[in-house]
Amino acid sequence: MRYLPLDASEREAMLARIGVPDIEALFADIPADKRIHGLLDMPLAKSEMAVERAMTTIAGRSLAAGSAPFFLGAGAYRRHIPATVDHLIQRSEFLTSYTPYQPEIAQGTLQVLFEFQTQVAALTGMEVANASMYDGSTACGEAMLMAHRLTRRNRAVISGGLHPQYADVCATLAHMVGDTIVRLPPDLKASEDIARAIDDETSCVIVQAPDFFGNPRDLAPAAAAAHARGALLIAVFTDPVSLGALRSPGEMDADIAVGEGQGLGNALNFGGPYLGLFATRAKNVRQMPGRLAGETVDAAGRRSFVLTLSTREQHIRREKATSNICTNSGLCALAFSIHLTLLGAAGLGRLAKVNHANAVRLAERLAAIPAVEVVNPHFFNEFTLRTPRPAAELIEALARRGVIGGLPVSRLLPGAGLDDCIVVASTETNTEDDREAYVQALADCLR
Amino acid sequence: MNVQGRPTRPETAAVPARETFTRNRGLNTEEALIFETGRLDATGVDIDQPEPFQSRLGPHARGSAIELPGLTEPETIRHYVRLSRNNYSIDAGIYPLGSCTMKHNPRLNEKIARLPGFADVHPLQPVSTAQGALETIEALANALLTMTGMDAVAMSPKAGAHGELCGMMAIKAAIEARGEGATRRVVLVPDSAHGTNPATAALIGYSVRSVPAGADGNVSAEAVRAALAPDVAAIMLTNPNTCGLFERQIAGIAEAVHEAGAYFYCDGANFNAVVGKTRPGDLGVDAMHINLHKTFSTPHGGGGPGAGPVALSSRLAPYAPVPFVKREGAALRLVEHAEGGASFGRMCAFHGQMGMFVRALSFILSHGADGLRQASEDAVLSANYIRASLNDVMSAPFGDRPCMHEALFDDRWLKDTGLTTLDFAKAMIDEGYHPMTVYFPLIVHGAMLIEPTESESKASLDLFIMTLRDLAIAAIAGERERFQSAPVDAPRRRLDETRAARQPVLRWTKPQPA
Repeated sequence: MRYLPLDASEREAMLARIGVPDIEALFADIPADKRIHGLLDMPLAKSEMAVERAMTTIAGRSLAAGSAPFFLGAGAYRRHIPATVDHLIQRSEFLTSYTPYQPEIAQGTLQVLFEFQTQVAALTGMEVANASMYDGSTACGEAMLMAHRLTRRNRAVISGGLHPQYADVCATLAHMVGDTIVRLPPDLKASEDIARAIDDETSCVIVQAPDFFGNPRDLAPAAAAAHARGALLIAVFTDPVSLGALRSPGEMDADIAVGEGQGLGNALNFGGPYLGLFATRAKNVRQMPGRLAGETVDAAGRRSFVLTLSTREQHIRREKATSNICTNSGLCALAFSIHLTLLGAAGLGRLAKVNHANAVRLAERLAAIPAVEVVNPHFFNEFTLRTPRPAAELIEALARRGVIGGLPVSRLLPGAGLDDCIVVASTETNTEDDREAYVQALADCLR
Repeated sequence: MNVQGRPTRPETAAVPARETFTRNRGLNTEEALIFETGRLDATGVDIDQPEPFQSRLGPHARGSAIELPGLTEPETIRHYVRLSRNNYSIDAGIYPLGSCTMKHNPRLNEKIARLPGFADVHPLQPVSTAQGALETIEALANALLTMTGMDAVAMSPKAGAHGELCGMMAIKAAIEARGEGATRRVVLVPDSAHGTNPATAALIGYSVRSVPAGADGNVSAEAVRAALAPDVAAIMLTNPNTCGLFERQIAGIAEAVHEAGAYFYCDGANFNAVVGKTRPGDLGVDAMHINLHKTFSTPHGGGGPGAGPVALSSRLAPYAPVPFVKREGAALRLVEHAEGGASFGRMCAFHGQMGMFVRALSFILSHGADGLRQASEDAVLSANYIRASLNDVMSAPFGDRPCMHEALFDDRWLKDTGLTTLDFAKAMIDEGYHPMTVYFPLIVHGAMLIEPTESESKASLDLFIMTLRDLAIAAIAGERERFQSAPVDAPRRRLDETRAARQPVLRWTKPQPA
């Protein structure tokens, strides 16, 4: 077996040094009647070529987004990722290292995390950020729990514009920890009255901007309403590139900003691994979940970085920890950070502009199809279409024509009365030909 | 984080590093932060300006510039390559962190995970266009079921601790369904457990009752029986445990737990020791997470991403979270809503760590039934080889008892040397090794937990053993300076962790003009 360096004679010699007759003697603690004699009912070892062949066959049974006109977002975005990113994250020293517990020989990872934290804080307009969470949805759930700790209240108000699966994650978590949530109905046009849902028991208000349906939102009024009642505003975003064009959570007075970072540096990967971005005000840092890299000096007085404030964490605090989180998304955070370093403020602004331009052009063309309506007056790179046929059916019909036209809202919100709605996204990867193909196919399907 | 995360501070007086003009020393280079070298107008990505268009941002457009300096492509590559050289890695040497399982990361798996049919598939694509992705999930789930002998597997948890949370949520849902949610409020956790176990139980509202491990490092069925009561919802037990020992009385423990109407959560962090040797389902386990990044070698990436699917017994299977994959004839369906079933809800958006599933499946196919068993055996053999080879110079808390995949030592042997486990670990760095896990498990004083994995050659193990013997003999001989000043030859000397915690600097800020 190509991954196992020991050979039979070495194994014998090692057993002899240990002083046992055979390998089974080392497994003697497993009750005899519970031991597997023989092999598991699985195929035997395969060569690299055979595995590659088998896996390539399976891969061939899915449509790769890059091989079709592709307009699906809803929390995961297809981006052009510079070749530099994937090359760098595959360096052994990043790919095959562990959480930086021995800082003297992990300064590479630690400095990356410190730079990442600074980038996320700048991007969100907040003061501090952690070293990443699993993904946007779990970051959102953790933000809700953090708000409960900070306010000592346990009733969260969830906007109807929050990604439905993020809201489901919060609902599951809230139920399990014994908290309550008030989930406002799906809010297609960003017209809900959040202030009315806030009372003196409210711990936080969770609002997404741009929301699930693509509407940018001014969070300042919701923040003011929350603060007036002693509650916190949690701002959520699902595409980090949107912050290159839109006002940041910090500018709109959010207390905690969380979001999905996949849209920079990370491939679609059918939903994971991604990375959660998590930022807040400096005063809240000791209630923040997740790993944190901080600056210090070594014995020779040189600037150095180290994981810090771990007295919040499970390996010290055990049942009193702020969260049970152990792992973050280190390598995904590295990819995010490299992509953002390559872009810089100037590149991010241009990338955001191209995303917006492509979405505007697409919206204009789709809106020209009879009986098709673009719901949103304002949007960044994602908007909602109203169609005269059930959206789920239409998306399947478009797929048969080789076009991935967006997300039928009913897939995530069945029974919400939005069966005629499609959430459509456009990024820099879309071309004029893609738009033409979409418009033609949609017109055909509606004919 | 060296003494289980408690900040430490160098004890020896500050020794200035040897001065050079650049502060670099040979290949050992200092690297500024991107915020110090980048420019706001610099970029490494050429993006064409779009044709003129009518903005639809309305009043929401960003007014201020973002403080994000950029670098051109060559500068970016140099920055990260130089940073990377300050990291230790499994590709460069043995990484014997006990309980972390740093085994070889096959590059085939990286290649496969990047095939467009895996990497470039959107989680919400029409299911008819993502059958290969669902097939991957189904194939990995089936392999995990075969290895665990369990009835169902929840694939979506994103890491080990997330898997623990998932398993404990399933248990809580099952208990609520029995109408006992108000009375069963306690979870038993052995004092040897990983910190995530009590943290997870507490997160979902359980109080934690500690169960002591015996002098032999095992939890006895008797101790569990004594702790069981009508208020107990579950036990969380790691097997093989954090001392690297198989829980000999596990079947009796499972029986006692079930008799008391509670559930058996098994922390599967150390499953890599027993794949192909025993099946948790046969041992009476109700839920067990599997760290794909440990047992099935998806790269640790400097701290994630992980993946933590949870195998469930038939008693808990109905409560599994959405989504899950269901075979309907030739087609695979993705069940994304509870559809009237008993599912406790959703752990995360989308469907879990697909990129990790692909790598794990590729690892499993490569090994096959024979290779998986051999990997477990070699991991256990190598750990015992280290244990037997160091036992006469270092002290093992459980004597000559064979271990599973990791060898545990304590610090009794350092007693009269004036040195600590931390000093010993730091001296390993000067020998070119990453230290073992130190000060964990907590129940063993000054613990040193060594996990070589199956990936080391005998020559590598022998050199490692000889090095540790040499260090141990030096420690006993009183060569304190060698240990207390260590590391000397690493990119950094010991860090002032106390200062980092007391005066937290968690981001770069522009220096104020003096």
